Amino acid sequence: MKAGAAVVLFVSAILIAGCNGAQSALNAEGAAAVQLKHLIIGIVVVCSVVWALVMVVLVLALLRARTPRESPSSESERRMGKLVTAAVAATVVIIAGLTIASFYATRGLGMSEDATLAIKVRGQQWWWQFIYDDVDPAKSFQTANEMHIPVGVDIRIELESSDVIHSFWVPSLAGKRDLIPGRQNVITIRAERPGVYRGQCAEFCGLQHSHMALFVIAENMAAYQRWAAAQRASSVSSADPEATAGKALFMRKPCAACHTIRGTEASGSTGPDLTHVGSRQTIAAGLLDNTRGSLAAWIADPQTLKPGNNMPMVPLSSDELRQLSAYMESLK
Amino acid sequence: MTNDNKPAQPTDLMFGDDELERRLAQTWRTPAGVWGALTTVDHKIIGRRYIVTAFVFLALGGLLALAMRLQLAQPEARFIGPDRYNQIFTMHGSNMMFLFAVPVMEAMAVYLVPLMVGTRNIAFPRLNAFSYWIYLAGGLLLWISFALDTAPDVGWFAYVPLSGPQYGAGKRADLWAQMITFTEVAALAVAVEIVVTVFKQRAPGMSLDRIPLFVWSMLVTAFLVIMAMPAIMLASSTLILDRLVGTHFYNPAEGGDALLWQHLFWFFGHPEVYIIFLPAVGMVSTIIATFSRRPVFGYLPLVMALIATGILAFGLWVHHMFVVGLPKLGESFFTASSMAIAIPAGIQIFCWLATLWGGQPVLKTPMLFVLGFIVTFVIGGLTGVMVASVPFDTQVHDTYFVVAHFHYVLVGGAVFPLLGAIYYWFPKISGRMMSETLGRWAFALIFAGFNLTFFPMHILGLEGMPRRIYTYQPEMPWAGMNMFVSFSALILSLGFLVFFVDVIRSTRSGQIAGENPWGASTLEWATSSPPPCFNFRRIPVVGARDPLWSQPDELTVAGGLRTDRRELIVSSVVEAQPEASESSPRNSIWPLLAALATTVMLIWSIFSPWAVIWGSIPIGITLTGWFWPKQTPEDES
Ligand code: HEM
Ligand SMILES: [Cu+2]
Repeated sequence: MKAGAAVVLFVSAILIAGCNGAQSALNAEGAAAVQLKHLIIGIVVVCSVVWALVMVVLVLALLRARTPRESPSSESERRMGKLVTAAVAATVVIIAGLTIASFYATRGLGMSEDATLAIKVRGQQWWWQFIYDDVDPAKSFQTANEMHIPVGVDIRIELESSDVIHSFWVPSLAGKRDLIPGRQNVITIRAERPGVYRGQCAEFCGLQHSHMALFVIAENMAAYQRWAAAQRASSVSSADPEATAGKALFMRKPCAACHTIRGTEASGSTGPDLTHVGSRQTIAAGLLDNTRGSLAAWIADPQTLKPGNNMPMVPLSSDELRQLSAYMESLK
Repeated sequence: MTNDNKPAQPTDLMFGDDELERRLAQTWRTPAGVWGALTTVDHKIIGRRYIVTAFVFLALGGLLALAMRLQLAQPEARFIGPDRYNQIFTMHGSNMMFLFAVPVMEAMAVYLVPLMVGTRNIAFPRLNAFSYWIYLAGGLLLWISFALDTAPDVGWFAYVPLSGPQYGAGKRADLWAQMITFTEVAALAVAVEIVVTVFKQRAPGMSLDRIPLFVWSMLVTAFLVIMAMPAIMLASSTLILDRLVGTHFYNPAEGGDALLWQHLFWFFGHPEVYIIFLPAVGMVSTIIATFSRRPVFGYLPLVMALIATGILAFGLWVHHMFVVGLPKLGESFFTASSMAIAIPAGIQIFCWLATLWGGQPVLKTPMLFVLGFIVTFVIGGLTGVMVASVPFDTQVHDTYFVVAHFHYVLVGGAVFPLLGAIYYWFPKISGRMMSETLGRWAFALIFAGFNLTFFPMHILGLEGMPRRIYTYQPEMPWAGMNMFVSFSALILSLGFLVFFVDVIRSTRSGQIAGENPWGASTLEWATSSPPPCFNFRRIPVVGARDPLWSQPDELTVAGGLRTDRRELIVSSVVEAQPEASESSPRNSIWPLLAALATTVMLIWSIFSPWAVIWGSIPIGITLTGWFWPKQTPEDES
């Protein structure tokens, strides 16, 4: 009974983890990922059969050894020669088949020419910058680590890097593609269902490569447009006195040198744009859930939570810390 | 041959067996003591040393792997921090590839090839001594930097710009690049020796179609080493230039290109994998034949498959770069070529199965490892076919799926045959047998431990776990399987422990082996175990592919080599007709001194470009000493 309960717990833990943004090639929710999953299953099945056949022959050969035989005659050698030739021919056929299947899959995954929306992704050590450009510069905005997209349409993702090579990988939506300094890569993604899809940097990029997650939040067009409109707006100052004090601190302390908060004089570009940081689900590229407590912990000591990351520790009194985290939380 | 020797010159035709052995030993021996150890040029002593050193690096690399598994057993563990972890996986990969896998295969060849082709020493024996010292220096350099907490931390393929001047702090990436130079110089030296030994020093009558398969595999491997080397030399030198003198080969802001590095590295790096695998093919072919009690089926197809693999190995480097955004046409080409390499691999597997089928397999420990090899290598080969497909690869590239894949081919495909080969040739090298009981235990633990450790990694990869992460978050569904993998790694290590215990125990107290304990067919078994310093009392004459099976009673021998100085037979490339007798260099301290001078220059050059100029002076001096003409008369033909 106990074991049964443990299994139920385990399975539900996985399901909960799934809701929190599954990150698995086998949990395909995007058009490309579904095709890839079929290809993967197909190739794995073919290869498993091949392996099983080889093993059967191996076992039979070993069992045969128990019956004593006369030494190899040219007749039996010739027969074996034919069998080996046939096996090689079969290998050629299978390999050719897999190659062709692979070509077709690649063709099927071709770039969509008429994407509804283009999002620029810049990889940074160790976070993601998402730039939503608009022909009207006033309508452009950027955010970090959390990308919203409308469901059911093709999204063109333009990949660039500002430092080293990273790789954009949201396995439930599509295969990965590298972000290479000095080059621009493009990949098309499309979510068929609303949901939160987790992704993670897949090319080793230094100390905090392990903590470079991103979330793609797919929602219906109306919800997406509400979100985009909210993001376009400048930050709104809260009336809360603690938050107001936090805002002043932010401008006075080194924070503003690295972060932008639209609507204020903070316009640094080293770290993520914080204009609406309070509306995101996680901070520090998926490291912590976004709560007032975790914001305070992060600001107090980023180097212990994410060793080596590019945000320095800024000495703060406990009051200052409280005010800053209140301000951050208010930036919805 | 020198049939018209003047009577003043003693040759092997003039003495009885005992007297001949005494005189040859006098000429070829390595003096006892430290001086002897430092000056020897005997390929067996150097080969043994090389093998032992490589296995020490294997053990060290294994400890690093255990450290990684300890850290990864639980989410967000704080056992090892990111900086150390990055050093550890870089060390593990670089150590396993450059200090263990490639050198150990060449070391086996240094020991075995001269014996298998029936000659008295390897070609260029002083270069051989030099090669070992340089290899040792490169290994020490890397491990000392690790002990000082300044080891490279950019992965074993050191992608720019992460390893470039802007992001690679300190001297870490330079140490990595220079370690490559050390090991590649060492590997290149051995490769040249092997090519010349195989082409020019084969026993009379060993025509090309009678060369043992292990020797063929090493010959092809040696060519791969020689051809892959320029790319990595170019890559690591340009990297050091970027870092040291501010060139911009890899700096996109100044017109350089980050992808250029990947092309250069993998043009070398992919063949590198076959440099590790092809010798294993030779080992498997040898062991299967001996324990199936019949010649290997399909000698010619196997040789062709070796050569085809060697050629194809240079046509698929781009499959390491399927997610960098290549033109579609290029992707298709490299998919096809990567898939195509499965065909020679298939030929090999089928020929081995046929050998088993048509023979009487005896399941001694070496054979167990070969069977384990077939089971696991076929899996590794098939996952290789999977990642050769571009769309498939976009989901598994740089994940634990790939970690699983390359361990199946490296450990299953090369280390299993290597362990089998150690069990197989240990009696020849040490004169004693290893324990069959411990051998079975070692095999069972390693085989089970390996599969339990690495098979689940395929699933972890598909479930989204990237490689080279020092930790993962508790909300990811990977913790259970990682714990299982880490536990299984302990079983695997226990297996290796049993193996090492067996080696040490058997060296002291194993059963005495005798000349040919397995009833094998190749020439190394035609001399005592361990072989005398001159290898063969009289040089055998080969009349068949399996000399000890087809001429079981007494091999015919060639005569006429001098006994008062080191002499070898030089023979023709194709037919192995004896052409001349040539003198072989005597022991010398100069290779060690030259290696020391080279080491100083290479390490110094990490810090200053001028080292290349000033550092070459001592090298020049040592090389002059090395090649100083002695009053040996010209070779006779
Ligand atoms: C003894 C058992 C072994 C274990 C338990 C083991 C474990 C591991 C693990 C966990 C990694 C992944 C590191 C990461 O991505 O963070 C790794 C990487 C690697 N291993 Fe092993 N390994 C073993 C033996 C070997 C051997 C024998 C070889 C080569 C002949 C080898 C070659 C490599 C290479 C080349 C890498 C890639 C390193 C990199 O990412 O730069 N390993 N190993
Ligand atoms: Cu990254």
